Amino acid sequence: MRRLLPHPLITLALTVVWLLLVNSADSGQIVLGLLLGWAIPLFTLRFWPDTPRIHRPLALLRFIVRVLGDIVTANLTVARLILGRPERLRPVFVSVPLALKSDLAISLLANTLCLTPGTVSSRLSLDRQYLLVHTLDTADPDELAATIKARYEAPLQEIFERC
Amino acid sequence: MLDILLSLLILAGAAFAFIGSLGLARLPDFYTRLHGPTKATTLGVGSLLVASAVYFSTRGEGISLHEVLVTLFLFITAPASAHLLSKAALHLQLRSLAPLPEAPETLPDPAAHSPRLLAGEGDD
Repeated sequence: MRRLLPHPLITLALTVVWLLLVNSADSGQIVLGLLLGWAIPLFTLRFWPDTPRIHRPLALLRFIVRVLGDIVTANLTVARLILGRPERLRPVFVSVPLALKSDLAISLLANTLCLTPGTVSSRLSLDRQYLLVHTLDTADPDELAATIKARYEAPLQEIFERC
Repeated sequence: MLDILLSLLILAGAAFAFIGSLGLARLPDFYTRLHGPTKATTLGVGSLLVASAVYFSTRGEGISLHEVLVTLFLFITAPASAHLLSKAALHLQLRSLAPLPEAPETLPDPAAHSPRLLAGEGDD
């Protein structure tokens, strides 16, 4: 089973992507999608050394909804900052200590940070202990780091790393 | 009614895409400039894509969900490119309004990287 279907989640995701790509849900396309979703992970096995586990699917859903909402507010904030007075900005680099361990969770966190509250993730330290984040306008860097940890890191940890 | 909604979405999308690009011109240094295209543009393109999905879904030729895929790829690629750009800028020590963090660990320790790969290959 493990040899034949190494990554059921990737299989599912690829199938959905295929159906969206052809923009139809014919049974033929579903079979073709499943076939692709089965074959591609087999051929790219070496890229996926460990299988990600989603422990709390509901929490993942809640996280996605929260991030989508935050994207909208982040966009409005950044738009306001751009249209405001650029010389008033207080950009700063913040080093966020990471509690996350798995590669997938860390990259998801970095991705989320780029999409949300006026931050761009800039560098992950080689020992994976710190994520360097650049923010556009912050009064209190420590508070920002705490917000990031509570709002984004904690749910990701719950979803991917709690056993 | 639908036309009005679609026009509003398209106008909002265009406005946000414009503001994002304007950020490139208005913001003071490289790092802050990265914020405009990664964020304001996401919502801009997002609104355009919602408009597109609604328009093609209501023409009676079935639901059109191509747009979800575009959004998905946008959300994956925009942060990755922003991250790489800013990492490269840090490496080159570009001028920055924010105080630059101390230089990174210089040479990567080969032992810190290889074990994962080796462990992965040992699995199969």
